[in-house]
Amino acid sequence: MADRAERAAGTGRVRTVRQPSLLRWPLRIAVIVYLVLLVVWPVAIVAVKTFERGVGPVLDALAQPEVVFAFELSAANAFWAVVVNTVFGVGISLLLVRYEFPGRRALSALVDLPLSVSPVVVGLALLLVYSGRTGWFGPTLEHHGLQVIYAQPGMIMATAFVSLPLVIREVVPVLHEIGTEQEQAATSLGASPVQTFLRITLPAIRWALLYGVVLTLARSLGEFGAVNVVSGGVALRTQTATLLVQERYNQFGADNTTAAYAASFVLALLAIVALVVVSSLRPQERDR
Amino acid sequence: MSIKISGVNKSFGDFAALTDVNLDLPSGQLTALLGPSGGGKSTLLRIIAGLELGDSGTVEIEGVDATGLPARKRNVGFVFQHYAAFRHMSVADNVGFGLKIRKRPKAEVRARTAEMLDLVHLSQFADRLPAQLSGGQRQRMALARALAIEPTVLLLDEPFGALDAKVRKELRDWLRRLHDEVHVTTVFVTHDQEEALEVADRIVVINNGRLEQEGTPDELYDHPAGEFVMSFLGPVTTLQGHLVRPHDLEVETHPFGDAVPGRVERLTRVGFEVRLDVRVPGEPATVLVTLTRADAARKELAADSDVWILPVPGASRVAVTGEVPVATEPELVAPAST
Repeated sequence: MADRAERAAGTGRVRTVRQPSLLRWPLRIAVIVYLVLLVVWPVAIVAVKTFERGVGPVLDALAQPEVVFAFELSAANAFWAVVVNTVFGVGISLLLVRYEFPGRRALSALVDLPLSVSPVVVGLALLLVYSGRTGWFGPTLEHHGLQVIYAQPGMIMATAFVSLPLVIREVVPVLHEIGTEQEQAATSLGASPVQTFLRITLPAIRWALLYGVVLTLARSLGEFGAVNVVSGGVALRTQTATLLVQERYNQFGADNTTAAYAASFVLALLAIVALVVVSSLRPQERDR
Repeated sequence: MSIKISGVNKSFGDFAALTDVNLDLPSGQLTALLGPSGGGKSTLLRIIAGLELGDSGTVEIEGVDATGLPARKRNVGFVFQHYAAFRHMSVADNVGFGLKIRKRPKAEVRARTAEMLDLVHLSQFADRLPAQLSGGQRQRMALARALAIEPTVLLLDEPFGALDAKVRKELRDWLRRLHDEVHVTTVFVTHDQEEALEVADRIVVINNGRLEQEGTPDELYDHPAGEFVMSFLGPVTTLQGHLVRPHDLEVETHPFGDAVPGRVERLTRVGFEVRLDVRVPGEPATVLVTLTRADAARKELAADSDVWILPVPGASRVAVTGEVPVATEPELVAPAST
């Protein structure tokens, strides 16, 4: 931090506000130890366990139809959750920033709810509303041929619910920052609302939006709790990658354990790729 | 009449931003909407542009009733105080934006953009991003962007307000020359009386959401309709219950005509100008008199001199009613331009 601040200022004058080195090293060590114990070590163990018996069994495990299906299902859920949350995220962000209406603050707080509510509770809530037999709205939908719970629509809803705030929380500050003058200028130059959005607003928020999308994608791929409740977790039907990891880990046999580790490893890898993409987007966002 | 505003009212909650404004702005002229901050002049400009809707009243642009017309269909060029540059587009794309929206042929867009960039002397910056321009250059770009669509009227909202004093003065001269070249009906909002007096063909003074007076700069300066206009357009001082301009007071070291006697309490020299604070018996505050340095030297004026003062013939005078707090320094009424 201090180094960066110093570089940003371009002079050595920042030195005077630096923390004394007496504190700096203990702090650094504390942070490193904390991260190693909590994050690095466990994740590393997953990698080690995955390749304990060599690469062959890992590739075999990943080639199993159940595993392939689970990843495809996870990817499809995440894709739809991203699509839904991008469209609604941008819409809600515009609503929150550009319009004054009664209940705006309440809506703003409500948007953060998925971050604080346990995903299991989310799953249960969806079950209560959309369950085909006992739900409040589910039987009606099922009567019209749309099964939500124990099917993909429910899983997408659960995934979208838990990752809802991510796009909004990225886009809202940027919308605040760019203000409305550019949009007004475009309007006075003859642009329709749609043209103004596509040519002015969207390009202005594109990096924040992309950042939000990557975060949403990462969060959606890793979702477990809510999906677990609404999906039923039937292999080759409603079992996502995270559900597969849990199931295989609880079963006996080295092959099952390897499959659990291999899937975990791939999930962790995807998360890391997402992090790399995000951190490579950050500087561009700052350059604007 | 190019812009006709009739009976416009606008309030934001309890605050009446504009009260029954009626105004005719002639074609091809450069008009200044002048007034203190929060007086409603920007609101009026935004209502003309369609960026704001009046609560009542009508707006007519070149004989067309524009009251219900959305901003994008009014063909108005609008320039914002903070430039409102499209940050992700090059300077040329900014300028060509309105034409692209109008789906003009590519060649025409390119030619018109080049012409506009040439007009505002930004041709060599065509491929830069707005962030790479200075404030003055960005505002010229915004002006070229507004002019590119060949607007019926050009509206500028405090166009030089965010610039430093020197650039502001340059751009002001430049706007005047540009207007002489382009001749589009132009309205600009300013709180700087010097800017209005220097640049505008006509000045409309707006205060507390009401139209105080309109006319040519000379009419307003010489025949202000009231205390507010008098004190807003330049320095004033109070003598015998009337507002007078300090430079309209004749001062001598001997009695003359109906001159009133006084004593110089303080003498301040500011560049070429000498300011006298004269204590006149019976006046609540000292009377400010300004004269040139040469004049003061010739009359051998100094602190504690006994003097006699009298408004020169034809000086603009307005009776003090006590409605407007009168400051002896114009800076206290309105932020001066330099």
